[in-house]
Amino acid sequence: MIRLTDVAKEYPRSGVALAQISFEVKKGEFVYLTGPSGSGKTTILKLLYLDDKPSRGEVWVNGVSSKTATGREISRLRRRLGIVFQDFRLLEDRTAEANVRFALEVTGAPKATIRAKVARVLTQVGLAAKATSFPPELSGGEQQRVAIARALINDPFVLIADEPTGNLDERATRGVFQLLRDINSSGTAVIMATHDLDLVRRSNYRTIELNHGRVVFDSAESPASARPFEEPWEVRETPPDSTEGI
Amino acid sequence: MRSAREALTASRRAPLLSALGVVTIAFSLFAFGLFGLVAINIRKALDQVEERVEVRAFVSDSTDIESVAAAMKDIGEFPEVLRVDYVSKEKALERARKEMGEFADVFEAGVLPASIEVHLRPGMRSPTSVRSVADRMKTYSFIDDVRYGEEWVEKLYRLRNIATVAGIALGVAFAAVAIIIIGATIRMTVLARAKEISIMRLVGATDMFIRLPFLIDGLVKGVLGGLLALVFVWVANRVVNEYFMETIFFDRQLVFLGVVGGAVMGVLGSLVSVGRHLRRI
Repeated sequence: MIRLTDVAKEYPRSGVALAQISFEVKKGEFVYLTGPSGSGKTTILKLLYLDDKPSRGEVWVNGVSSKTATGREISRLRRRLGIVFQDFRLLEDRTAEANVRFALEVTGAPKATIRAKVARVLTQVGLAAKATSFPPELSGGEQQRVAIARALINDPFVLIADEPTGNLDERATRGVFQLLRDINSSGTAVIMATHDLDLVRRSNYRTIELNHGRVVFDSAESPASARPFEEPWEVRETPPDSTEGI
Repeated sequence: MRSAREALTASRRAPLLSALGVVTIAFSLFAFGLFGLVAINIRKALDQVEERVEVRAFVSDSTDIESVAAAMKDIGEFPEVLRVDYVSKEKALERARKEMGEFADVFEAGVLPASIEVHLRPGMRSPTSVRSVADRMKTYSFIDDVRYGEEWVEKLYRLRNIATVAGIALGVAFAAVAIIIIGATIRMTVLARAKEISIMRLVGATDMFIRLPFLIDGLVKGVLGGLLALVFVWVANRVVNEYFMETIFFDRQLVFLGVVGGAVMGVLGSLVSVGRHLRRI
């Protein structure tokens, strides 16, 4: 479903962001992408939704290759992906319902089906009662639920989440994480970038750890005891590079 | 249809920004329009002065009228010539008296010679063509002298050239200013919706789908700005006509061209602004 083969990404100014990245994500899998800030998590996610192309190697997502994808193919692929960010990226002048509906409208979905679909996903994320609220009227956790509802509206085969709990308090984090688990248990793959070690430790999902743009650990290939979690990321020697958020 | 609705909704969401956009486009086109109005009026004034460019050939006293008539027919066939008139001695005297006013009595009958007066076609009044016509007229044996105010024609021609070059330079500068201002105005609209554009891309909207509402928005703003500018220029022209001097206004073709120009600028401005934005995300 998703395959990265010997992928490297270099930026002219900040240098190497990723090197020799190879892994596969299967249908319905839940994968954590962990690592310190600047380790390349966001860059990998960007490559997955083809917002950027690798400098070397190849990324395959649902049959679309980073080497040959056309603009139209990329648009079509993104309709089958759900993407969630730390900063929610909601339109603040539109209600929760309108924010979710927007994702369907811009893909030219038939009008008749939109209302029912929007109601369904808002119920799924537990926000049916707040459909008419505007983002500033919602808590961080609720805003992230709206963003997840928007990501789910097109029935994605994978949900790509970049630090979705990064701006949330512990309670909201638990709620959003549970929601992602529920989504995953209904068959949608989830790839979640996070540096929340507690969250990663508490669950038994596959974990790919990055450091300095390289995969240093993949629980699908190494025994669980090899997890390098004991070393706190904050005190690593090399300062984070500036590839995050490019 | 959806794109038009989307453009309308966007304008409704930010009515002040949209109104500001239209007014900015209107004022930049107004400045360009005023320049255009000045240019066409200067051109008209120069045309009027140029109409006075004429070549006068003085005829010997003894010449018979048939020879003059034959020469006039020949001259009338020169490609540069618009009209050929015969000015008899009597008519010349009458004209001189009229023109000299209080000194009218100094002229006596028979003092002024008869002449052939040649008016040239528009576009054939350059010093070279005037000289060429004069030289050909000199070849007739009964022509004593040919005059055409050589110095005056040369000065006028130089003035016209200066006006043309200045007109083009200023026109290009005004148009460039208008394009830059319109581009910046539209860019503001695009930037105000940058987040919306980035989300549209992430959820899989095609570039054309994103672009189209902006193109329609640019088109509508361009046309409205163009029409508003036209009203401003028309009012300015009326005021000048009323209180200062008689001027001419743009003909229908130029009016149409102005509004189409506004629309094209609106669409191009949108295309460039959104295009840059789509690439950057």
